[in-house]
Amino acid sequence: MANTSEIDALFGGSPVAAPGSEAQPGLIASDGGAREADESDLPRAWQVLEQVMDPEVPAVSVVDLGIIREVSWVDGHLMVAVTPTYSGCPATELIESEIAKALEQAGFRAPRLERRLSPAWTTDWISEQGRERLRVYGIAPPSGSSSKRSLLGEKDEVCCPQCGSHDTEVVSQFGSTACKALYRCRSCLEPFDYFKCI
Amino acid sequence: MTDNKNDLIEYLLRLGDNAMINGQRLCEWCGRAPALEEEMALMNVGLDLVGQARNWYEYAAELLADGRDADQLAFRRDERAYRNTLLVEQPNGDYAVTTAKLFLFDAWHFHTLSALSASSDERIAAIAAKGLKEVTYHLRRSGEWVERLGDGTEQSRQRMLAGIDEVWRFTFDLLSSDEIQQRLAAAGIGADATAVAAAWQATVEQVFERASLPVPQPASYFYLDGKRGLHTEHLGILLAEMQFLQRAYPDATW
Repeated sequence: MANTSEIDALFGGSPVAAPGSEAQPGLIASDGGAREADESDLPRAWQVLEQVMDPEVPAVSVVDLGIIREVSWVDGHLMVAVTPTYSGCPATELIESEIAKALEQAGFRAPRLERRLSPAWTTDWISEQGRERLRVYGIAPPSGSSSKRSLLGEKDEVCCPQCGSHDTEVVSQFGSTACKALYRCRSCLEPFDYFKCI
Repeated sequence: MTDNKNDLIEYLLRLGDNAMINGQRLCEWCGRAPALEEEMALMNVGLDLVGQARNWYEYAAELLADGRDADQLAFRRDERAYRNTLLVEQPNGDYAVTTAKLFLFDAWHFHTLSALSASSDERIAAIAAKGLKEVTYHLRRSGEWVERLGDGTEQSRQRMLAGIDEVWRFTFDLLSSDEIQQRLAAAGIGADATAVAAAWQATVEQVFERASLPVPQPASYFYLDGKRGLHTEHLGILLAEMQFLQRAYPDATW
């Protein structure tokens, strides 16, 4: 929970006027860096975002994770809507600042980031590429669909990312980060992280 | 909306305070939990709850519009201004007491957020739908522990029974309802407390049956009322620790 000015800074906030220019609220012409979008901007922004990795799971990008909900051009600036994976995910702020930094470095002046809660993030949004990258990294990707879950219910079928065996058991529903559970493979006996299906 | 604004602020603070105080209590287990996996689980649950608290506080702060932000709501209010239910402020006790507290709260939280996911207030529905995914895991975990301890060894069973006995009386406060809740439920904004209480009872009965534990009689009227800021003596001590930094060094930031 940062203070307001820090959050503003993080989100590009009130655009900072270029040195020597006088910012006048409401006037786009004086809004440092504001410009019309050209047709290459949005595809290029997506390319930049594909290079921003999840700090907790550096194998997958924020695009693979499915947390980028919208990329558009608003009032002369790039706007990116990001949804948090978990309400208390401590990486939320870091991911937002990494995204803002990457976009700034790619030449997008004062990109605007919006934190969007609804619809709530689901592991169904992790791309096929993201799932494969998780597996290679040693994390079992979420299995099945988040909509088919019972409350006090039945176990997920989780494959060992090391040997591929289905003979696995849960050690703890909660693992090293909010998004993971801890499993063990009964075949190769290796413990591993499982990306929880939510 | 304006008619309901004060009700809504009060309601959001209750939701935020429940999550915040429960999260703070859980984090007292950090470095002391009986097993590494349990410690990680409790910290994960605590983190989810603090994140949910922030979402509720941010909405409350916007409606209050008095210059306070989520941090100030969490760290600068006095005990009497806290609106959490009495159950979550109770000391952790042994692992069975913590398990009993968590399970009874998680079951209520699950059914409350389920109802709020359909709130006519879009912001409430969004925060609740997000939190519900997390709380589903919380409830599954605490329910499994009730079963494991209740149906485990003779000692674990005795401890579980004692743990339930220790905190059961606070479920009156947990399930009770006041005019604010009734008005918001009628407006389609808040959860229907009577329906939540019935669903809670069904979940508790289901899990206690699996754990071979008797379901106590409904808790009777308790003279304190968390919703009105009338707390047990434990909350003040908890806040003294939780709020120390912001009280000693106001406006300190990272």
